[in-house]
Amino acid sequence: MTKKPELLVTAGSLEQLQKYMQAGADAVLVGEQKYGMRLPGDMTLAHIREAVQRGKEAGVKIYVAVNNIMDNQVLHELPAYLTALQEAGVDAIVYGDPSVLMTVREAAPQLPLHWNAEMTSTNYKTATYWAKRGAKRVVLARELNMDQVLEMKEQLPNMEVEVQVHGMTNIYHSKRNLVKSYMSHQNVRNHDAVEVHGEDLTIDRGLFLIEQERQEEKYPIYEDINGTHIMSSDDICMLENIHELLEGRIDSLKIECLLKSDRYNETIIRSYRLAIDAYTADPENYEFQPEWLEAVQEVQDPERELSYGFFYKEQVY
Amino acid sequence: MLTSEKPKLKGKRNRLDKPELLAPAGNLEKLKFAIHYGADAVYIGGQKYGLRSNADNFSFEEMREGVEFAKKYGAKVFVATNIYAHNEDIEGIEEYLRNLYDAGISAIIAADPAIIETAQRVVPGLEVHVSTQQSIMNWQTVKYWKEEGAPRVVLARETSLEEIYEMKQHVDIEIEAFIHGAMCSSYSGRCVLSNHFTDRDSNRGGCCQSCRWKYDLFEDGRADLDELISEKEAGQDSVLEQFKVGITQLPLFQKEDNPFSMGSKDLCMIEHLPDLIEVGVDSFKIEGRMKSIHYVATVVNVYRQVIDSYMADPDNYVLKPEWIEEINKAANRPLNTGFFYDTPDHEDHIYEPEEKAAPYDFAGLVMDYDAETGIATIQQRNHFKPGQIVEFFGPNGTFFKQTIEEIWDESGAPLDAARHPLQRVRIKVQEPVQYFDMMRKKNGK
Repeated sequence: MTKKPELLVTAGSLEQLQKYMQAGADAVLVGEQKYGMRLPGDMTLAHIREAVQRGKEAGVKIYVAVNNIMDNQVLHELPAYLTALQEAGVDAIVYGDPSVLMTVREAAPQLPLHWNAEMTSTNYKTATYWAKRGAKRVVLARELNMDQVLEMKEQLPNMEVEVQVHGMTNIYHSKRNLVKSYMSHQNVRNHDAVEVHGEDLTIDRGLFLIEQERQEEKYPIYEDINGTHIMSSDDICMLENIHELLEGRIDSLKIECLLKSDRYNETIIRSYRLAIDAYTADPENYEFQPEWLEAVQEVQDPERELSYGFFYKEQVY
Repeated sequence: MLTSEKPKLKGKRNRLDKPELLAPAGNLEKLKFAIHYGADAVYIGGQKYGLRSNADNFSFEEMREGVEFAKKYGAKVFVATNIYAHNEDIEGIEEYLRNLYDAGISAIIAADPAIIETAQRVVPGLEVHVSTQQSIMNWQTVKYWKEEGAPRVVLARETSLEEIYEMKQHVDIEIEAFIHGAMCSSYSGRCVLSNHFTDRDSNRGGCCQSCRWKYDLFEDGRADLDELISEKEAGQDSVLEQFKVGITQLPLFQKEDNPFSMGSKDLCMIEHLPDLIEVGVDSFKIEGRMKSIHYVATVVNVYRQVIDSYMADPDNYVLKPEWIEEINKAANRPLNTGFFYDTPDHEDHIYEPEEKAAPYDFAGLVMDYDAETGIATIQQRNHFKPGQIVEFFGPNGTFFKQTIEEIWDESGAPLDAARHPLQRVRIKVQEPVQYFDMMRKKNGK
């Protein structure tokens, strides 16, 4: 049997954690928006401690996202937070901003580190740079193609490589409150007060943008304390081609659960679980089963395309 | 604004005499204008690893020439190697960096640690400035780059004046901040709209400015994401139709409303430069490697005067209204102060249709001046003719308006207009001018 790669999912509550572990997740990424970016929900330290307990019992790893672009204000709270995460026994934290690395060195040197700079984790040399500074895993940018992804692993035999295989991706992050600003602008033009009152601009509202020349594509948009986030109009789905990543010995395959229902995510996790288990049990005779994908298609929002992301695309510049 | 209401935050500047004025130079000619008009340093792009793949970037030969020119003014040349590299970009970095150093380049502006580390190892004499693409927002991160050997960091455009003050309190390092020009409305480097809309890689120079396109804002009408319709239901036309117009797509705009946009107004700190000088910013950066000669010369000229005037006598410094007028002659978008004082709101974004052209443009370059006859030789840079009102300006205080009277070619024959690009013509000027002074005219006149 080959080494089993990890099936990683994101979760926003203990309830989701429970459901997704049961559906077959090997690892769960959680956190709170004050420190981590674009999470399906806020998990307080108490919840994270509980999550670690449940993870240990189930043999599931718990990672915590501390991957915000940090400002001076939050630095004061970072040492205590990281110390608490270390004491809670989380399996790793995910970081992008070097301030987290600085604080870990001082306050929580035992914390395993995953480096994730989102769009900018794009080459093995930079991954090696962060490995030398303590990162044991690199989370790849979703804008890489399959050749680049596989080359990363070839070049990084001693570093774990994580890649997203399913769900939406962030395509734009601003510190500005762009939806609120737009609504204020509309108010002003209609001679109302400038202030935007009572508008829910959070991830729960279901806001989306349509670019005027691309009427078929819906781009979810929301605001939180970290600014404005715009998400892809399609969902990556690498289920059919998961064997390429498994053959390439990618260490962790991530399902992004953000902005999806629990039921949807459980279905997705189960399908990937089946595919990964089938492959690892017998790589040579592995055969993709159409019903795995059919289960996904059944719960997929018909207005959101299941795509291969950038895995088989050529980009220019 | 803090400028008048509060005592200034005083931080320690590393460049003790004066902060540096750093200007963009899209090509060799722009480099010469930027430096002649007062830039202490310019940043340019080479043939590789820069974020403006569409600019006419410098060859090593042109870099050498640029460095030679800069030396005469005591100015420096930096090269932007600010992409996030992909695997296939790795090979060749060492050689490229060596060539930059050999060409006399003083510093690179880099974001990707792969490039930063390579430069430090291979060409230790080449300074590494950590790019704004690294989104440096806090003093611990500034300290990290200091400990990694960087003499300078370029801050994220989201940093406030107070945050800069705190960084200066904690870390002894040169800080470079953007003071003028176009801005990404996203965190720089954290936007892949171009990749998604047009398959162009924004972090390797392919940005197509999708943030300035027009969008409509909707909300999803479905009460609960758990109530997805089945595939079978979705196949029924009637269900699908109702789904689309009535339930899933509720417009959050009226027909007559402007569309949603992410487009930001341009940054302009002309009225607040004393705040930035006092807080200890070491280098003031102007954006715009794709901008025109007229833009670069005008903007650099004004900021040069502001910095010199303030540094000469801070207590009696007065902002001159004509500086603001000058800046506006080169502006092609409305201006604002970014994140320095507060988070941008509805007044800081552009929802109305955008004006594309600046109000003034470059009409001619002064090549020579005969003090006895008062006749200047002008190299044509845009169509002009007798009767038109033009302005002359230059870095040494030249500034006057006049109506163009007669135009002659070099043999003395009268012309009804200067219509050929780079043609040398002669006109009578009302005040003395000198080589490198510029003549501008209002657009469309």
